[in-house]
Amino acid sequence: MRTAELIERLAQSPAPSRSATGTLARAIGAGAFVSALLMLSVLGIRPDIAHAVGTFCFWLKFSYPLALAAIALATLERLARPGAHARAGWELLPFATVIAVGLVQWTLTPAPDRTPLLLGHSSALCPWRIVALSLPLLLAAFLALRRLAPTRLVLSGTFAGLLAGATGAWIYAFACDENSAVFLAVWYTAGIALTALLGALLGRWALRW
Amino acid sequence: MHHGETQLKQWMLASLGGDAAAYRMLLSALTPHLRAYYARRLAAKADAEDLVQETLIAIHTRKASYDPSLPFTAWLHAIARYKLIDHFRRTGIRRTLPLEDAAAVVAEEDAKAAEAARDVERLLAKLPEAKRELIRDVKLEGLSTAEAAAKTGLSESAVKVGVHRSLRKLADFVRRRA
Repeated sequence: MRTAELIERLAQSPAPSRSATGTLARAIGAGAFVSALLMLSVLGIRPDIAHAVGTFCFWLKFSYPLALAAIALATLERLARPGAHARAGWELLPFATVIAVGLVQWTLTPAPDRTPLLLGHSSALCPWRIVALSLPLLLAAFLALRRLAPTRLVLSGTFAGLLAGATGAWIYAFACDENSAVFLAVWYTAGIALTALLGALLGRWALRW
Repeated sequence: MHHGETQLKQWMLASLGGDAAAYRMLLSALTPHLRAYYARRLAAKADAEDLVQETLIAIHTRKASYDPSLPFTAWLHAIARYKLIDHFRRTGIRRTLPLEDAAAVVAEEDAKAAEAARDVERLLAKLPEAKRELIRDVKLEGLSTAEAAAKTGLSESAVKVGVHRSLRKLADFVRRRA
């Protein structure tokens, strides 16, 4: 086809069908919905939720992934726009905070009680459950990015994975009945990092346009 | 014709608002810039035209990714550059692109280059056929003296002398016209 003909054809529809922010937000909403259904049907909400909402650890477990997801979403929105400057680095803040709180708890705990604090009763499952709950979100984020225009594929994949992992971890927090900051700092972080790694590995080819 | 950020952005914003005429103007204005941008960076002319079309389609399908609070030229340049890198990746060419200014695409002026080419042709027409080919081979296509000698069947020193005399003759023409 000649370029002039192509221009004529393209000029028929000047306006985009939906906004970039709308595309991303809708995708994350849909992914979170599927992930929450998965959590409710397979794992179920922790039975002691009424008691847990009165504990510090529950709110740490609630706010850590949520803060991470918000930062990842803001960065991803920039990464999806060619020519926009994406400032990476803010996502380290929630990581640093939760690790600091974990360290404080670790030091304040007498040595014999530290191992249960670290391992809880579900440490072997926790990261993998987070990755599993993140998969619908990762898929949704990738589908949204493919409609946009990320020019740094590996970085965009990493942040899509971070967003999916953090949102998945947030959803998992309602099912998980562990009550230690040390556990959160290690195993939640591991689950989120694994999902980010998966996003980075897939990004290079799955996000090409 | 050179199109500045202000004009292009105005067209883009009008397009996003649904103005088909502005959108046609925008795409038509971008095409020569993109053509020159790719032609300068690719060996094959057919590849360049393919990339021009691919970029126009990318601009079309991904225009929602433009943030109106940012310069249009930066957005355009990032897309053009991404398409170029993707082309190198697809064809297996290992190349790194130098850092460019965001205005690199709109700075390319197809029309001016074409004008200059026409002037050169007009000037070359004043030379005899054999000399014209010699200048074209050595000075425009960039063949070495040895390659030109092999092509024309002349000796290397004959090529050198021929090129030198022809250039002097051309310089005389230019001087007389000025």
